[in-house]
Amino acid sequence: MQPFQIHRPSSVAEALAALRGAGEGKLLAGGQSLIPVMKLDLAEPTDLVSLAGIDALRGIRSEGGRVVIGAAVSHAEVEASPDVAAAIPALARLAGAIGDAQVRNRGTLGGSVAHADPAADYPAALVGLGATVVTDRREIGADSFFTGLFETALVEDEIVTAVSFPVPERAAYAKFPNPASKFAIVGVMVAATGQGVRVAVTGAGPSVFRVAEMESALADGFRPEALDGIAVSSDELFGDGDASAEYRAHLVGVMARRAVAECA
Amino acid sequence: MSATGIGASVKRVEDHRFLIGRGRYTDDINRPGQLFAVIVRSPVAHARIAAIDAGEALAAPGVVAVYTGADMAADEVGGLPCSWLVYSKDGSEMKEPVHPPLVPDRARHVGDQVAVVIAETRAQAKAAAGLVDVDYQELPVLVTCGDAITDGAPLVWDDVPGNTCFDWEIGDKAATDAAFARADHVVRLDVVNNRLIPNAMEPRCAIGDYDPGSDLTTLYTTSQNPHVIRLLMGNFVLGIPESKLRVVAPDVGGGFGSKIFHYAEEAIVTWASRKLGRPVKWTAERSESFMSDAHGRDHVSHAELALDKEGTFLGLRVSTVANVGAYLSTFGAAVPTYLYGTLLSGCYRTPAIYCEVRAVFTNTVPVDAYRGAGRPEAAYLIERIVDEAARELGIDRVELRRRNFIPVDAFPYQTPVALEYDTGNYDATLDRALEASDWQGFAVRRQQAVGRGMLRGIGISTYVEACGLAPSNVAGQLGARAGLYESAIVRVHPTGSVTVFTGSHSHGQGHETTFAQIVSDRLGIDIEQVEVVHGDTEKIPFGMGTYGSRSLAVGGSAVVKALDKIVEKGRKIAAHTLEASAEDIEFADGEFRVAGTDRATAFADVAFSAYVPHDYPLEELEPGLEASAFYDPKNFTFPAGCHVCEVEIDPETGVVRVVAVTASDDVGIVINPMIVDGQIHGGLAQGIGQALYESCVYDESGQLLTGSYLNYCMPRAADFPFFNVGNHVTPCTHNPLGAKGVGEVGSIGVPPAVINAVLDALVPVGVTGIEMPATSEKVWRAICDAKGDAKGRAVAS
Ligand SMILES: Cc1cc2nc3c(=O)[nH]c(=O)nc-3n(C[C@H](O)[C@H](O)[C@H](O)COP(=O)(O)OP(=O)(O)OC[C@H]3O[C@@H](n4cnc5c(N)ncnc54)[C@H](O)[C@@H]3O)c2cc1C
Repeated sequence: MQPFQIHRPSSVAEALAALRGAGEGKLLAGGQSLIPVMKLDLAEPTDLVSLAGIDALRGIRSEGGRVVIGAAVSHAEVEASPDVAAAIPALARLAGAIGDAQVRNRGTLGGSVAHADPAADYPAALVGLGATVVTDRREIGADSFFTGLFETALVEDEIVTAVSFPVPERAAYAKFPNPASKFAIVGVMVAATGQGVRVAVTGAGPSVFRVAEMESALADGFRPEALDGIAVSSDELFGDGDASAEYRAHLVGVMARRAVAECA
Repeated sequence: MSATGIGASVKRVEDHRFLIGRGRYTDDINRPGQLFAVIVRSPVAHARIAAIDAGEALAAPGVVAVYTGADMAADEVGGLPCSWLVYSKDGSEMKEPVHPPLVPDRARHVGDQVAVVIAETRAQAKAAAGLVDVDYQELPVLVTCGDAITDGAPLVWDDVPGNTCFDWEIGDKAATDAAFARADHVVRLDVVNNRLIPNAMEPRCAIGDYDPGSDLTTLYTTSQNPHVIRLLMGNFVLGIPESKLRVVAPDVGGGFGSKIFHYAEEAIVTWASRKLGRPVKWTAERSESFMSDAHGRDHVSHAELALDKEGTFLGLRVSTVANVGAYLSTFGAAVPTYLYGTLLSGCYRTPAIYCEVRAVFTNTVPVDAYRGAGRPEAAYLIERIVDEAARELGIDRVELRRRNFIPVDAFPYQTPVALEYDTGNYDATLDRALEASDWQGFAVRRQQAVGRGMLRGIGISTYVEACGLAPSNVAGQLGARAGLYESAIVRVHPTGSVTVFTGSHSHGQGHETTFAQIVSDRLGIDIEQVEVVHGDTEKIPFGMGTYGSRSLAVGGSAVVKALDKIVEKGRKIAAHTLEASAEDIEFADGEFRVAGTDRATAFADVAFSAYVPHDYPLEELEPGLEASAFYDPKNFTFPAGCHVCEVEIDPETGVVRVVAVTASDDVGIVINPMIVDGQIHGGLAQGIGQALYESCVYDESGQLLTGSYLNYCMPRAADFPFFNVGNHVTPCTHNPLGAKGVGEVGSIGVPPAVINAVLDALVPVGVTGIEMPATSEKVWRAICDAKGDAKGRAVAS
């Protein structure tokens, strides 16, 4: 790991200033993705701007049929939040299935979505629930937020401040974890929402994606059997030592059916 | 039984310091003026090293030296030795290419040591290591056993044809062929024993510390056997006399075999410290552990079992290819031979056995002993083929085992593969396991699982293993280049407290407790009065260390022998004080007593007279109360038992969940039941890890794909049900404790029980075989294939 300068701003404005003044600046949230990458010298920032002291990024609010979660809220806080449990229990469970207790205590919602790890769980929640990412300068719909492998719509110095989740009629998340890392080999969020049925898949491919065929089948009848015979193509999916593309494609179907069954 | 004697579940005395953070591991040690070493490791699996340019690294901040293999060669540093010599069928010696600590001209696996950078701080050394410019000219790569034996395969070593280190055999080939000729049935099975990465919790660490004033060299190292390291490194590698070399292995955070061996880094830091006149420390990063700690297992075998109509075993024929990696590690030659082929009789009366093992070099990390070392490979093969035979012949698998067990009255039993089992009762451990696992009730549980859409299976294995390495004369005949006894000193202090110095080494096993219990038991004193010292060649006369479940059976027996000498001398002192003849003095419960009288003197009083000899038979006895002993075992010990595993498989995903594990073991006399249970739990966890989760995978170019915990899957507590463990004891007949050894039984016995359970669940849906680790995808594919293809393929198209 290379030496770096640490900054501890107490507002988003200060954070932006620190970032802009740095040679190669990086935001530091829970550090659960960034620090491992730095240890391998795959990222060599000269300056780290910690988000830990910015109150505006904290807190969970329920308002007007939405749950708004600050970017610096940890996975453990989402898991334990009575607001989340009451409005979107699937989201609380998803957070509670991320990594292990240490990771959940440090890792944050904002860090996870900004990092856009293809095997991360939150992307399925954002896309599956039709959430909105709130940044220091704009709002971005989840469907256009995740643009590729570790890629998002965020620009260079943009800071995620919160994610706003509409409360679904019902939703469930089924995860098939990698037995070694506990990241998702396949994770499927299924939700019946005001915007229709949404099925979002993480882990299987380079970026979270929706399965239109499943969504329309479920719109016709929100039952597990509705998904019978719907096959996801393995063509665009990951295949590696952890799981082949065919196995991942198969698991998408199994996890989707289980998520639907759990909604009942 | 005293409260802290043999048989008591005394809490581990060593845990206090670990729990309060006062354990002292090698990396906790920092010597004044210490420098830090970082190893430049080969990023490619096989390459000629055309040039090394260290100029930029040498100019980097804080860098004190950069050394390469050429520098070590110039100092005539020797290769890392293999401590066991194996002969091929044709009588030729195994091929033993020189293994320099830093390779001068060719790198043979990813992670091979190419250069060392030494700097004032670890960060400086690490930064500069990235600046060493090595010109690698890549060569063709071999990874698997199959690669190595392919005709015309490229060579790992130019002077080792066919990449064959040795082509060894054991058993009577003609008799075995004859047995097969008259067999009614022959069952055939191909098995792979998957390659594992040991993953001790504490990464390896070594500090070389040369004192130019005294000319003494100290090596602090994460080792299971400091004296062996002193012998190997001092004598064969660096040429330092034992009297000038001290090796200290302080608290060690787990070894599982991987810390037996003499590693390059130990020699590198010691040699560098002597060159620089300053201490030099190296600590592995976790990713280095993956690519430089010796790996385990990696066998590919074909087995054939001959049976008569009744299912009696007539003969066993085994052909194995064993991957030894790029170099022969310290025990690399012994593991796939004398710790494997000799165990192929298992618990059975198989009259004729023949086994051939071809050991091959590949461009991978050296393979050596890992918890079980050879015996898990043997037990897995036998217990898989016995189940296969039961299925093919339609004989109940428990019944087939019973029919072929060595009966209780047949001990001592000479196997056709060199070993003589002293004792055992295989029916007893089996009966216990069947009862404890409710074997009979399985059908109901399976039915219930069907209701949940799950496939449930139950599996069994009845294993035997050999521990307590080893009778030195036998080991010598088998090619060991060292004796395998153990030493102990028992020092009784003037007021009766005791210090035990043992050549065994504790790195998780709890010797500080169990050895103290032996003293407590024999001398009738509380274990608080006993201190156990280990792990320092300056304090302990000699030692062969801890591996192969030998510490209690061999090291503990040495302690008993020394205690006997103490009691014998104490008797003479007591005879003098009590004015009786020594023959009339009995020793029990901490008292020397004139037999049949109430005249007695306490152990502590005798100790006091020995050190304050005012009233003492000075003309007959020396003052002081201290004894040393070397114990050389008469035979191996043979722990055995029965493991039962129950699994549930989700047929949609292929996920295998272990739902019940029963272990019924005969580990001989138990000193501390709690510690023994703990050892069995740990072994079971590692064994289930091998069966379901762990696998070291290289790609074709020799890159380690499973080089971190992102994809090398270690089992977690949450993966297991609570283990149901218990034992049936037949005491070892030839050591004074009756102890056999327990450290490895879990990892030996359970893997075949797990796979047999998986197959028991899958055979009804048409699956015929599965290899370890039985990952979810493998199981899912097997189910799809059995269905004559199915959705897996359909989806793929
Ligand atoms: C052992 C382990 C297991 C894990 N298992 C899982 C799992 O099962 N599922 C899962 O989803 N994840 C898993 N993770 C990842 C974990 O959830 C991380 O916490 C998360 O991906 C990143 O969040 P962080 O707060 O730690 O971000 P950091 O590591 O601090 O930052 C990650 C990246 O996001 C940027 N960033 C951080 N905050 C913001 C912001 N507010 N605005 C813009 N950019 C920002 C940083 O600059 C950096 O580039 C695991 C991690 C580990 C170490």
